[in-house]
Amino acid sequence: MSLSEKTREQAREIIARYPQARSALLPMLHLIQSEEGYVSADGIALCAEELGLTTAEVAAVATFYTMYHRKPAGEYHIGVCINPSCGILGGDAIWEKVSSRLGIGHDEVTPDGKISLERIECQAACTHAPVMTANWEFLDNMTPESAIDVVEKLASGREVISTRGPRIRTFKENELTLAGFVDGLVDDGVQADEQMLAGLKRAKELGQSAPGVKI
Amino acid sequence: MTLTPVLSAHWDEPDSYKISGYQRHGGYTAFKKAFATGPDEVISIVKDSGLRGRGGAGFPTGLKWSFVPQGDDKPHYLVVNADESEPGACKDTPLMMANPHSLIEGIIIAAYAMRANHAFIYIRGEIPHVFRRVDNAIREAYAAGYLGKNIMGSGFDLEVVLHAGAGAYICGEETALLDSLEGRRGQPRLKPPFPAVVGLYASPSCVNNVETIANIPYLINNGVDWFRSFGTEKSPGFKLFAVSGHVNHPGIYEAPLGITMRELLEHAGGVRNGHSVKFWLPGGSSVPMLTPDLLDTPLTYEDIAAVGSMLGTGTPMIFDETTSVVRAVTGWISFYKHESCGKCTPCREGTWWLSDVLHRFEAGHGTEADLDKLIDICEQIAGRSFCALGDAAATPFPAALKYFRDEFIQATSTAANVSFDPVASTVFAGASL
Repeated sequence: MSLSEKTREQAREIIARYPQARSALLPMLHLIQSEEGYVSADGIALCAEELGLTTAEVAAVATFYTMYHRKPAGEYHIGVCINPSCGILGGDAIWEKVSSRLGIGHDEVTPDGKISLERIECQAACTHAPVMTANWEFLDNMTPESAIDVVEKLASGREVISTRGPRIRTFKENELTLAGFVDGLVDDGVQADEQMLAGLKRAKELGQSAPGVKI
Repeated sequence: MTLTPVLSAHWDEPDSYKISGYQRHGGYTAFKKAFATGPDEVISIVKDSGLRGRGGAGFPTGLKWSFVPQGDDKPHYLVVNADESEPGACKDTPLMMANPHSLIEGIIIAAYAMRANHAFIYIRGEIPHVFRRVDNAIREAYAAGYLGKNIMGSGFDLEVVLHAGAGAYICGEETALLDSLEGRRGQPRLKPPFPAVVGLYASPSCVNNVETIANIPYLINNGVDWFRSFGTEKSPGFKLFAVSGHVNHPGIYEAPLGITMRELLEHAGGVRNGHSVKFWLPGGSSVPMLTPDLLDTPLTYEDIAAVGSMLGTGTPMIFDETTSVVRAVTGWISFYKHESCGKCTPCREGTWWLSDVLHRFEAGHGTEADLDKLIDICEQIAGRSFCALGDAAATPFPAALKYFRDEFIQATSTAANVSFDPVASTVFAGASL
């Protein structure tokens, strides 16, 4: 697939955000993934041209970061956190279930291109363990059953809503968000959920507060 | 010790993440106060407050700001480290989801103090919904005239750029973060020179953690005495403690520094019913684990250091007696192996060796001689790499061996998942798998 002129314009929009052009490279690679589903050779060439770098310099950066795919990601890229706190609290068991249900392993994609799978490291949501992600949106407090339910729904095109965020859109759509283009979904999901409010709720129950700070 | 919600005081209001919610409780008054006070005085206030960096190292924030040279002709940059990726750390992420404007106002004040006209928020790419909330907060602040040219007629200009990373724990290290922000592989730089002198684009820069910067508006509005009324002499202030693991009510608990782990655990509903604490980590996987007899240690930088660990990110993980220490440590070391950037040989090679040998233990095939080998490898990594990732990788095993040697000996003949049924450690234990 060749990249459109629109992509090139968006790349230039990203570059314009920075005092020095090269700083735009990471968001530009997210932009490339929003078009191609991975960091394609064409995408590397576009970044190199716009930034005055060699394709080798761009590829060297792209291959350093795990969010950049070297082959097309699934329409829904599923992560299962296996870092110890999540892994021990159930992530390892969830991984086994999901991987065997889909018949694919780490960094693999289902034959129909719908789902790709990744063993992810800490997602900064340990209070919500075990945690999964779909196109990096939070799927908190998972069980093997809820995990299978999520992947089956996504595989068959049914709606899944993030536990702290919007309806799960496609991998490409979310990559455009990360490139810094507003998607209008900021108000989706809760402002804070049960775990985020645990301390505040407890403080209110006990009548505790910080001096001068009404709660 | 009582809970003291400050940063988290209004997260239960549906618009807590919007400018309306933030301004309802005095938001965007502190920066005007700061503008009226003057930049050097703001730095003095932050110094006097004793605020220490909340990203893990605990370096005094005001001192860090004062290292940015003034009166030079170079541009200055403020860079917020929002790359929260430390295993166990999950406090900046909820803060940015529910109260991003405290970060934006903190940025205005910090940038003003260090005379930076450009600020960047380097946020990890794996949290798109948090990206949306921060992005929206920046746009709301621009629309209100709190960012941009000549803010509120002050003559001070500030542009703020939100920048998504792409999956690399190492970019939480400040010099690797700067390289990444410059569009390069995220690898740490040799220090000195420190970023305060040669930082982003080789200009004076300051890299601060999200929670650190979010503290600033509350400090400016309420003053040094108020701030120091929380915590201890050496660890003043309050902290978003994220309590996770085998507890009944994991979550965010904001309390003064100096609260004990036992008190926090009680707030979090205690260790899950029918179980007891086996080991706990005060602040991420990069700090040495501690045992239940140390639960009464105050959670301050100095008290936790005195018992042989570190406060780190202040995000305690609690594990009960169903947990295999061998499995947990093997998991963490696998993480460091995965995340080592490869620049320094001791870290790059050492983490692979640690991981290989620990996996033998996890499978029940370790030897007693391997324990000495593991300690030897840790000693070869610690202090021999550019950045703290190497030191962190050398941390979990020695502490685990100190407290749980028997378990490693057991793993010379019995696999970890035989000695400890993995099902029993899950949150859904008891339910059918």
